[in-house]
Amino acid sequence: MNVAEKIIEIIVREQHIEPGKVTLDSTFAELGIDSLDGVNILFALEEEFKIDIPDSVAQNMKTIRQVVDSLTRVLEGKDISDLVELAKGGAPAANT
Amino acid sequence: MRRVVITGVGVFASTGKDVNSFFENLLEARSGVCRITRFDPSALSVQIAAEIPDYCPQDYFPPKRLELLDYFTQYSLIAAREAMESSGLEVSDEERPRFGVVMGTGMAGANTFDSGYFNLYAKQATRLHPFTIPKIMHNAPTSQICMEFGAQGPSLATSTACSSSGHAIGAAFHLLKYDMADLMLAGGSEAPITYGTIRSWESVRVLAGGNGDPARACRPFSADREGLVLGEGAGVLVLEEFEHARKRGAKIYAEIAGYGLSSDASHITQPTVDGPARAIRMALREAGANPEEVEYINAHGTGTRLNDPTETAVIKEVFGDHARRVWTSSTKSMHGHTLGAAGAIELVAAVMALERGIVPPTANFTQPDPECDLDCVPNQAREKKIRTAISNSFAFGGLNAVLLVRRLD
Repeated sequence: MNVAEKIIEIIVREQHIEPGKVTLDSTFAELGIDSLDGVNILFALEEEFKIDIPDSVAQNMKTIRQVVDSLTRVLEGKDISDLVELAKGGAPAANT
Repeated sequence: MRRVVITGVGVFASTGKDVNSFFENLLEARSGVCRITRFDPSALSVQIAAEIPDYCPQDYFPPKRLELLDYFTQYSLIAAREAMESSGLEVSDEERPRFGVVMGTGMAGANTFDSGYFNLYAKQATRLHPFTIPKIMHNAPTSQICMEFGAQGPSLATSTACSSSGHAIGAAFHLLKYDMADLMLAGGSEAPITYGTIRSWESVRVLAGGNGDPARACRPFSADREGLVLGEGAGVLVLEEFEHARKRGAKIYAEIAGYGLSSDASHITQPTVDGPARAIRMALREAGANPEEVEYINAHGTGTRLNDPTETAVIKEVFGDHARRVWTSSTKSMHGHTLGAAGAIELVAAVMALERGIVPPTANFTQPDPECDLDCVPNQAREKKIRTAISNSFAFGGLNAVLLVRRLD
């Protein structure tokens, strides 16, 4: 199972949705993933991959493909500063 | 002045998962106290509690919803569903801004705290689950009930330890009386059966031992009483403005006619006579009731050394000679002390006593205590068509709540 498949599996599990519904091009909005669901999925991904996903990166994830790309780079230890740059001024993950 | 009536009742407790079975078991003096099964209690010196038997959350909630609900919120929703169903209410969109919720709890999401902090401290987890906050917060039951039933009116949560739901129902009563709402769901819930919570209560030294015979552990007003037994559950009532209820032909269980509240301002755990007495008098005054009119008191009756003689003195102070005649039972002897749910669960017991004309007993009564010389309806339910009852809630922290209910006929 590659990273993308694993991520989709986790989203399916956490959202309690049918496996076939989630593709790389699905957006969070299409899948009914709200801000609280989003932080729940981030938590599950962090637990699964034993990584920390910075808020600045998390805020930029709006589609499954963005999640896969960002996580792949985090996992490979690549420089993600451009992602962080892109995310500046983004909305907070959840209302407080 | 607007009048307020009770048109729906719901209970989820160790002694019954609905109002009928709950009240039947109280009348039969059946205890819900058992050895703790929720976790292995072997390390505790007190290994008993009034647990909801064979509770399976999946029977009541779909998986995704359940992830956001601590036990205390689950119980509140289950009791609220029964209360709404028994009321026969169908709330229209126009009525929603006049439909509110007030729920009380003492310890809120203790289970979520307990398991989360176990991961944090014992297992060195570096992060907690993101649902921790929405699960533990004291207003979770209020908000979840509002969401499930579309209640958009005045809504809040109360937390005054063992008086929490007495205050919740009192607040809801006054929101209706003073024309801020037409319909309210009010009550309380508690789920305190965790290792950490029981350890905390153990160290206060107010818990009954009774590991050998759990069902008989809680013996309010008895000379050989040893303390309280923690219990879990929820009670929720539908309160409705009288004309609103009459117009739709609702079944009316009773009128809420009086609410009294006070502060001892004395000691953080030790009760006074004066504080609770003032709360009872305030409830009587609002209802325009003479003390002699009260025929049944659902006592706070925790079964601790200190509460029961103090409560006896309170009742004598307010009711004078009538104190020995008024039937005063503690149903905590059976459903345990459900803390923030106690005021609501016990008000349901009092309302059902009015409705059915039979008063539940104080179970496990063995021998009289000269300091608790009230008629505590020992061990046997008693039939009588009573018209007026009060329910007492006296909390740690000295904050007292008293509700007076009356048959409408």
